[in-house]
Amino acid sequence: MTDTLTPVLTDNWDADRSWTLASYEERGGYGALAKALAMSQDDVITAVKDSGLRGRGGAGFPTGMKWGFIPQDNPNPKYLVVNADESEPGTCKDTPLMMASPHTLVEGVIISSYAIRAHTAFIYVRGEILHVIRRLQRAVQEAYLAGHLGKNIHGSGYDLDLVVHAGAGAYICGEETALLDSLEGRRGQPSLRPPFPAVAGLYASPTVINNVESIASVPSIIEHGAAWFSSMGTERSKGYGIFSLSGHVTRPGQYEAPLGITLRTLIDLAGGMRDGHELKFWTPGGSSTPMLTAEHLDVPLDFESVGAAGSMLGTRALQLFDETTCIVRAVLRWTEFYKHESCGKCTPCREGTWWLVQTLTRLERGNGTPEDLDQLLDQCDNILGRSFCALADGATSPITSSIEYFRDEFLAHAAAGGCPFDPAASTVFTPVGAH
Amino acid sequence: MIGDTTRAELEEIAARYPHKRSGLLPMLHLVQSLQGRVTPEGIEACAEILDVSAAEVSGVATFYTMYKRKPVGDYHVGVCTNTLCAVLGGDLIFERLKDHLDVGNDETTPDGKITLEHIECNAACDYAPMMTVNWEFMDNQTPESATRLVDDLREGREVRSTRGPRVVTWREAERVIAGFSDGLADEGPAAGPASLVGLGIARDRGWTAPGLEARSARTSTSGDSARTSTSGDSARTSTSAEGDKS
Repeated sequence: MTDTLTPVLTDNWDADRSWTLASYEERGGYGALAKALAMSQDDVITAVKDSGLRGRGGAGFPTGMKWGFIPQDNPNPKYLVVNADESEPGTCKDTPLMMASPHTLVEGVIISSYAIRAHTAFIYVRGEILHVIRRLQRAVQEAYLAGHLGKNIHGSGYDLDLVVHAGAGAYICGEETALLDSLEGRRGQPSLRPPFPAVAGLYASPTVINNVESIASVPSIIEHGAAWFSSMGTERSKGYGIFSLSGHVTRPGQYEAPLGITLRTLIDLAGGMRDGHELKFWTPGGSSTPMLTAEHLDVPLDFESVGAAGSMLGTRALQLFDETTCIVRAVLRWTEFYKHESCGKCTPCREGTWWLVQTLTRLERGNGTPEDLDQLLDQCDNILGRSFCALADGATSPITSSIEYFRDEFLAHAAAGGCPFDPAASTVFTPVGAH
Repeated sequence: MIGDTTRAELEEIAARYPHKRSGLLPMLHLVQSLQGRVTPEGIEACAEILDVSAAEVSGVATFYTMYKRKPVGDYHVGVCTNTLCAVLGGDLIFERLKDHLDVGNDETTPDGKITLEHIECNAACDYAPMMTVNWEFMDNQTPESATRLVDDLREGREVRSTRGPRVVTWREAERVIAGFSDGLADEGPAAGPASLVGLGIARDRGWTAPGLEARSARTSTSGDSARTSTSGDSARTSTSAEGDKS
């Protein structure tokens, strides 16, 4: 029986100067690279396919299959782009990974690029995490100096250049087609697929885009084998993942476990909800995944089970809110975020998120009516599935799910002529014993 | 003034990429590091080097929130007011700072020291409520710690990130973001306490991924009792030990 927590990616985070090449290699780092370079490229792809690894950036698409879509007969260069634009509200796993162990990602980049026959790779990291950028830049420099990057890597005949590219503040650039536009020096706006990036991505060339955690998982698969990886997790959601607990829990933080662990177990490990309070609602994978409640504590956190519960596993960004939190305030704030981050390309998203904020603001201030709830749901219905990318869909998730579970609380604002909650009670610095 | 040195550095950025236009985002960061904002002169320089129109560069510069049209102070102070941080106290912190500094959102104090801005989720939710100074993490803030922080910045006292180095100026930070090292990568801890919570529990209980070597917590003070215990208290002890060593 697999242990409850299974540190793999997080396993060296407590090592002395874990971000340095010396520390990483002392733990066997870059051993998987040597092993991969002795394999054929197709065998590396097969290993990742056989492992069952699914994209860790939220969508859960099988990573090996994505690599297999790269048309090797296409004469253009192939590119690997790592999506390190971690911005989904609640998501905070890639950032500590890159800070504590950037070499895990760099090693994964080299192996993955080798597999898809790319000779140039990029890490697109959001610009607002300065120290992570420093650690990535330094790790790439160290990898070049050690011969892990550059020409004829360890005599294999394989060449790879890796560029750390910092963004400039735009949530939408986490969407893969927008990210590619941004990496080309343009406004980050999504485009319609097909063509998919595998066929016409960066510079209209075959491109694989993977999340940081997906790529960082590759060295462990090569080192320990596909069967080892797939021995963890559930039937269709294999392997381990980092679960990020935040909010009204005693010990928020990162917990690396096989997929399929429940929130009940995680909260237990985290010392329970904060003293004297109980769970009210939570997001399984960021604000774009429909919220769940205490009814769902025993849902296995894998792609299928969370889907069956009416939400999505997403990025395993478990934001926990207790009974002091006003649902209308929480949802309004998320909606303001989506409005602010809409790139403006698609009308239903650009205009729709604006209207959602108007309606929710009225409700939050106690000026709303029961008809406003139907209006909101109607607006969501006219936004969902009508834009190029998933930002607009994500904007509707908190609204429709919160109305499903907390309709009465929206109405209570109208009845009370304002918010019945005390915002001070939900802060972490509220005095003990406060309501 | 954008002189020859800067122009050479802008060209150096463009040369990192197979297609030079890809350099535009870091080039604009470099412009900000030199001029404190995206200037018309900086836009022209980027446009010339990349062989695109100034209008195209402007279009990019106005799309991204990190690019500023107005001069930014020495210290850009960000307060996360996305839902989770807001609920846990970010809203109160932001209100307190506006009041304390007597500025509104995206405004700079008259002494040119501090630009205050509420920011969106910055990937540190396990350290909520979180703030940033020049995009360094300032974890687990309160209204009191936040006012102390900005007072220290204004009065020139040394400020350190909770997970990073001594805070540099906004312009210096922009230069690093543009891809020019400041040599500070080795400063600060590997991870903050929250990043290590799950790992600490696994160490205490001897949990590993299949076949991997069990390691003991390097500085755990809770001893063997924690290994067999499943109570929250033992985990808490080990967690605080994890925190101490960073």
